[in-house]
Amino acid sequence: MSIVLAIAIVSVIGLVGAAILVAAARYMAVEEDPRIGQVTEALPGANCGACGYAGCADYAKAIVSGEAETGRCVPGGQKSADAVAAIMGVEAGKAVKMKAVVLCQGSYEHTTDKYDYQGVQSCAASAALYGGSSACPYGCLGYGDCVKVCKFDAIRVENGLSRVDPDKCTGCGECAKACPKHIISVRPVSANPIVLCANEDRGALTHKECTAGCIGCMKCTKVCPEEAITVQDNRARIDPAKCISCGACVLTCPVGAIVSFG
Amino acid sequence: MAAKLAFIFFSMILTNNYVLVKFLGICPFLGVSKKLDSAVGMSAAVTFVMVVATLATWPIYTGLLEPNGLGYLQTIVFILVIAILVQLLETVMKKFMPPLYKALGIYLPLITTNCTILGVTILNLDNGYSYLESIVCALGAGLGFMLAMVLFSGVRKRLEDARPPQCFEGLPITLVAASIVSLSFTGFGGLIENIFGM
Repeated sequence: MSIVLAIAIVSVIGLVGAAILVAAARYMAVEEDPRIGQVTEALPGANCGACGYAGCADYAKAIVSGEAETGRCVPGGQKSADAVAAIMGVEAGKAVKMKAVVLCQGSYEHTTDKYDYQGVQSCAASAALYGGSSACPYGCLGYGDCVKVCKFDAIRVENGLSRVDPDKCTGCGECAKACPKHIISVRPVSANPIVLCANEDRGALTHKECTAGCIGCMKCTKVCPEEAITVQDNRARIDPAKCISCGACVLTCPVGAIVSFG
Repeated sequence: MAAKLAFIFFSMILTNNYVLVKFLGICPFLGVSKKLDSAVGMSAAVTFVMVVATLATWPIYTGLLEPNGLGYLQTIVFILVIAILVQLLETVMKKFMPPLYKALGIYLPLITTNCTILGVTILNLDNGYSYLESIVCALGAGLGFMLAMVLFSGVRKRLEDARPPQCFEGLPITLVAASIVSLSFTGFGGLIENIFGM
């Protein structure tokens, strides 16, 4: 008898509670702006956080409440900026397209390993051991920490070197955060050439470490018509504000460290 | 009567502090004590739900379970009631008190089945407190939780600047710090009893 009563009491409490909750949900529902759901759907849904909000839904809320502008989504780019702007009925801001680039060309044709690394297959772990197995202390280690964090399958390790597929890259910047060598740079897409080397050692030493490394020879600075290139810390740097994408530096670089993607 | 209530109230804050003496609610204690604002927000929500839960569970136990000899159903019924209550509170607050809802935010659903809440409601009955005493006890327990959270958020702030050995970084050093804070609370033992002559 008492078990019947026990079951009855628990079920009654549960049912009454459920009834109250259903009633409360029905009569006290707060009208949410339906645009929040639409905007969330127009966003890529990767929840990468590149916009500065906790996730796509959070960003959508901020857009609808007017706190945030529409062009902040990096992975969605122009496409989702347009879609969101259409829902919100405003002009789409120009979303700057960003892509990640690995500032290194040290594949096994150009550089070697300084020791035989047999530990955990992770750049961070390798980097903790004498700066990593690569002969170049600034170079890509090729254990694919960036590959692991990429949500868009845009990075591959080929011949000991990470390469970003520009068609798949959305510029979210997760790889740049994961790289223990800090050689992944997320930059606006442009025709400007890029110095694909981060080595700041002296030229002779750099060349011993990697045959594709910038040796700081200054040839590019002389050939540049706009004086956009400077050599600092034994490495060429291109000022994007001055560069006119003429490509003279690309042709003149003796080690092929300057590359143009445009 | 007033002395008994005061005794219950202060002993819940100091000598019987739920977090630091009874070791209930350690999860939010460690999880939300990183920043002072969120620590206060969380403890305000806990205090609120503790009182409301006691308001609801005490009559259910004494009026419904106890007379029918179903005391053993206490835990499951209380969990059910508290969960329903918190959900209801959330809905009501969202509608009528949006600022408060926003302030308590995520903490409210988080404490639905928090062990401190369940602990307060059950221990009230174990101690044989009357309805009024139970409510005072719940309020004291909530404020004691707040005291522990606020104190510990200060400790956490100092911990962030400290550089412990690498193997202690993060949770381990936090637990060590928590144990020291808890140890300091044992110093209150006997204090309240002597003040109120209980």
